[in-house]
Amino acid sequence: MTPKQKSRMRLVLLVLAGLGITSLLALNAFRSNLMYFLTPAEMVAGDYPEQGMYRLGGMVVEGSINRLENGITVEFDLTDYEQTITVRYTGILPDLFREGQGIVAHGRIENQLFTAEEVLAKHDESYMAPEVAEAMKNVDMSKAIPASATKIPAGTTL
Amino acid sequence: MNVLLKFYHRLGSPREFYEISGSLIPWFGTISLILILTGSYLGLVVAPADYQQGESYRIIYVHVPSAWLSMLIYTVLAVSAMIGLIWRMKMAYVVMICSAAPGAWFTLVALITGSLWGKPMWGTWWQWDARLTSELLLLFLYIGIIALYNSFYERHLAEKSAAILAVVGVINLPIIHYSVEWWNTLHQGSTVIRSDGPSMDVRMLWPLLIMAVGFNFYYGLILMLRARNQVLIQEARNSWVAELVVNKGQAS
Repeated sequence: MTPKQKSRMRLVLLVLAGLGITSLLALNAFRSNLMYFLTPAEMVAGDYPEQGMYRLGGMVVEGSINRLENGITVEFDLTDYEQTITVRYTGILPDLFREGQGIVAHGRIENQLFTAEEVLAKHDESYMAPEVAEAMKNVDMSKAIPASATKIPAGTTL
Repeated sequence: MNVLLKFYHRLGSPREFYEISGSLIPWFGTISLILILTGSYLGLVVAPADYQQGESYRIIYVHVPSAWLSMLIYTVLAVSAMIGLIWRMKMAYVVMICSAAPGAWFTLVALITGSLWGKPMWGTWWQWDARLTSELLLLFLYIGIIALYNSFYERHLAEKSAAILAVVGVINLPIIHYSVEWWNTLHQGSTVIRSDGPSMDVRMLWPLLIMAVGFNFYYGLILMLRARNQVLIQEARNSWVAELVVNKGQAS
């Protein structure tokens, strides 16, 4: 390499390093704004905007889905395995909505209830055939299912 | 190593590149066609349905290869931009600018197929979560590079400006990949590229990898076809291009 090429290379690397550090600091500063949803634990801790709507993400608690008398309003408990919040929603639920499913609800707290205007389903990153999933259910759960499919790292990925 | 280095230097000459790529094109075309057909058959017909999403997960065989390629092409584009900036290599800039449009297309395909997949599974076409937003930013980067390149009359100025934008945009690549780990997102985490191995049935994984390799060869094919045109335009005043044109004219 000629000295000129060397200095150009140094400049390019310097720019890259500077940009890297800058974006790291910027992303870190806006960390909470970049979160797509809050977890029930964060909400119970009072770490949520009091005005306006926000998203709440968690797992639908088994056996907690309760359809009200009008037929289209549902109430269910949402948990991150630390705290649980009851969600009320009127409308059509996504196909993947069911007990034990990760979902994201968009709404606000009204009278101790999280009233959602939109409910979205999250699915995990595991793909398997139905018969495999069925077989795994019958075996020892804790060993058979890949750790990633069941573990919930404290409030990060649901 | 020496052989590779020699090959690299040969590719650096527009004329050599034109000759070498001419003989590679049929190979890339055949390989990508075979792989994509095989992958489609295995993925759409042979692979089992998903326990959770049923048949609709099969859009993964287009969505994921496109999304991977959108990032791989940007890596190629940015590395050639750096080589161009540092070593002032003609062919590096050619590879850079000829990668931009295919990259933008694959990004668009990833976004559209993701949207089509999101509606039935998540219940929404679009959400401003970190993964979706950073991938959209990638599309804008590609478009920006193309626009910047075309906004200069003088080619060297165009190459340099586009290359600088390309290098700056590299920051977005780790953000796209790690967005699903750093933040809460609607998009699920990585299935294939993860430390504890792919969390996917092998019968589903193989077609996906075959499709991904097929898509890569297709990109290679498109890149070579575009780069050959670019070389001819840039070298139009050189004698070897004139000879080529004359010979072609006589042959037909």
